[in-house]
Amino acid sequence: MADRSAAALRTPIYSLLLAVAVTCFIGALVTDLAYLNSGGNLLWLNFACWLLASGLVFAGFGAVALLVSILRRNAGDWLQFGLLAAAWVVEFVNSLIHARDGWTAVAGVGLILSIIGALLILVAGWLWQSTRYVVAGERT
Amino acid sequence: MNRHLLATAALMSLASCSTKQNIDPMQQVGPNPVLPKPAQGLIASVGVAKVVGWKDGQTPVVPRGFRIQAMATGLVSPREVYPLPTGDILVVETQRTGTEPVDRPKDPIRDFIMSVAHGGGGATETEGAKGGPPQRITLLRDANGDGQPEQRTVLVDHLNSAFGVAVIGNQLYVANTDAIVRYRFTPGQTQITAPPVKVIDLPGGLIDHHWTKSMTASPDGSKLYVGVGSNSNIQERGPEAETNRAAIWEVDPKTGSFRIFASGLRNPNGLTFYPASNTLWTVVNERDELGPNLVPDYMTSVRDGAFYGWPYSYYGQHVDPRVRPQRPDLVAKAIPADYALSSHVAPLGLTFYNGSNFPSGFRGGAFVGEHGSWNRTSYNGYQVVFIRFVGGKPVGKPITFVNGFLGPDLKARGRPVGVAIDRTGALIIADDVGNTVWRVSYAGRPPAA
Repeated sequence: MADRSAAALRTPIYSLLLAVAVTCFIGALVTDLAYLNSGGNLLWLNFACWLLASGLVFAGFGAVALLVSILRRNAGDWLQFGLLAAAWVVEFVNSLIHARDGWTAVAGVGLILSIIGALLILVAGWLWQSTRYVVAGERT
Repeated sequence: MNRHLLATAALMSLASCSTKQNIDPMQQVGPNPVLPKPAQGLIASVGVAKVVGWKDGQTPVVPRGFRIQAMATGLVSPREVYPLPTGDILVVETQRTGTEPVDRPKDPIRDFIMSVAHGGGGATETEGAKGGPPQRITLLRDANGDGQPEQRTVLVDHLNSAFGVAVIGNQLYVANTDAIVRYRFTPGQTQITAPPVKVIDLPGGLIDHHWTKSMTASPDGSKLYVGVGSNSNIQERGPEAETNRAAIWEVDPKTGSFRIFASGLRNPNGLTFYPASNTLWTVVNERDELGPNLVPDYMTSVRDGAFYGWPYSYYGQHVDPRVRPQRPDLVAKAIPADYALSSHVAPLGLTFYNGSNFPSGFRGGAFVGEHGSWNRTSYNGYQVVFIRFVGGKPVGKPITFVNGFLGPDLKARGRPVGVAIDRTGALIIADDVGNTVWRVSYAGRPPAA
């Protein structure tokens, strides 16, 4: 475990991509809440749509990087990959919902998917960072 | 970059998307259309007929006893026809220019789908985006009224996405997408060289989503009525973008002042006064993305000061769940249209039969050019329908009068837009993607000269 995770420090690309995806999907949730709270200021819906699209691109490339890493046995595990893939699928469906015009793009299903997607990517990020933290602790 | 990724993903999903369409369009015509519950699927159902054009000798199909001929071919996107009493026919060749600004990742995907609908093959939204499509009015001179013009000239060039035309006295009024202009024009003239004079600015701007400004003159020639379509589907560009839009303007051509004559009309086209009356009629393109069977497009007489619902409600008080903040005060005032044409047929042309060439049952009835649907998987529209009128009111169901715009392979040879009656009593049809002006006459007896 320690060996495999230590290798994560030598393959920073997944850490970088994951960090952007986490930020985007959480940003989408925050802008969704801002939209609903504003009573329909479309600026927030537009932000959410771009955050979802950007998050999907970074999570998508992240999934590829992670897969390569797992197959080369550098770092990562299938649980990490599963969480990331689940977040991607949820947020892809969410981006279709968000493509609706106006209130129903968010209210209801859109918001629920934004919450699920954000939770999934947060758990993925937390597991990933915690393995790195343990490795760093063991090293000192 | 990610535009293409998203477009590909969305289109792949579209291909596998099947939506139940168990309401027959004929249940959605007339004064009381069946309105199902809104159905916002994961992906809006989309089906646009690919444009293949007309082969030599191919024509649309007309009922037995009628005859259809191409009056002019090789035009570029003719959208509106305006016959003059002299026998000359003005043909507005026009396209939108530029593309709408991108607010959301969805926008370029939608633009791509629309470009297929206009024969662009998906490369650019319109030919206008490539720079330099014709923006002109072509004059067809058919002095002997046989449907074969002896002369074809460019009456006026370098317009700005013009659509509506009206002649009052010796002035030709042209509704560009951003302004009404007028030219000195003596009927009989084949070319205008004098520069235009601006009458009034119209809402154009960067988005200009519904850009066709349909126009007609009041019977006494004292006012112009202009259809100004909305800047969005249901106000998703924000309320500011809709200032004075989704409305019919009443313009004083002398002073250039205007007032809103009626509002809540999402995209009003085909503005025409009912013959021998002061009643203005229009056909309206209603909203999309509530399912294949919502919302029926319609034909209606337009009441002074009336509000027809857009964007807050449709068909009277059916509230659209997508629009916030809601306006119950406006919804309470919204009135339903006179006559539904069924969903997504995209009516863009309207004319009343005031000639004497066709059999008497046609007199006073309406012809509607239905450009054809994109927001449903089984096509609707792509035809010219006839609706009988009794006592100035529509009765019965629309009858398909001219079809064959969609081939048996469901590819579009043409799409009808503007319709008009010429002085011989023939029906003239502008076919924008077929690049043709068609003329339908009754062959049962010789055409009245």
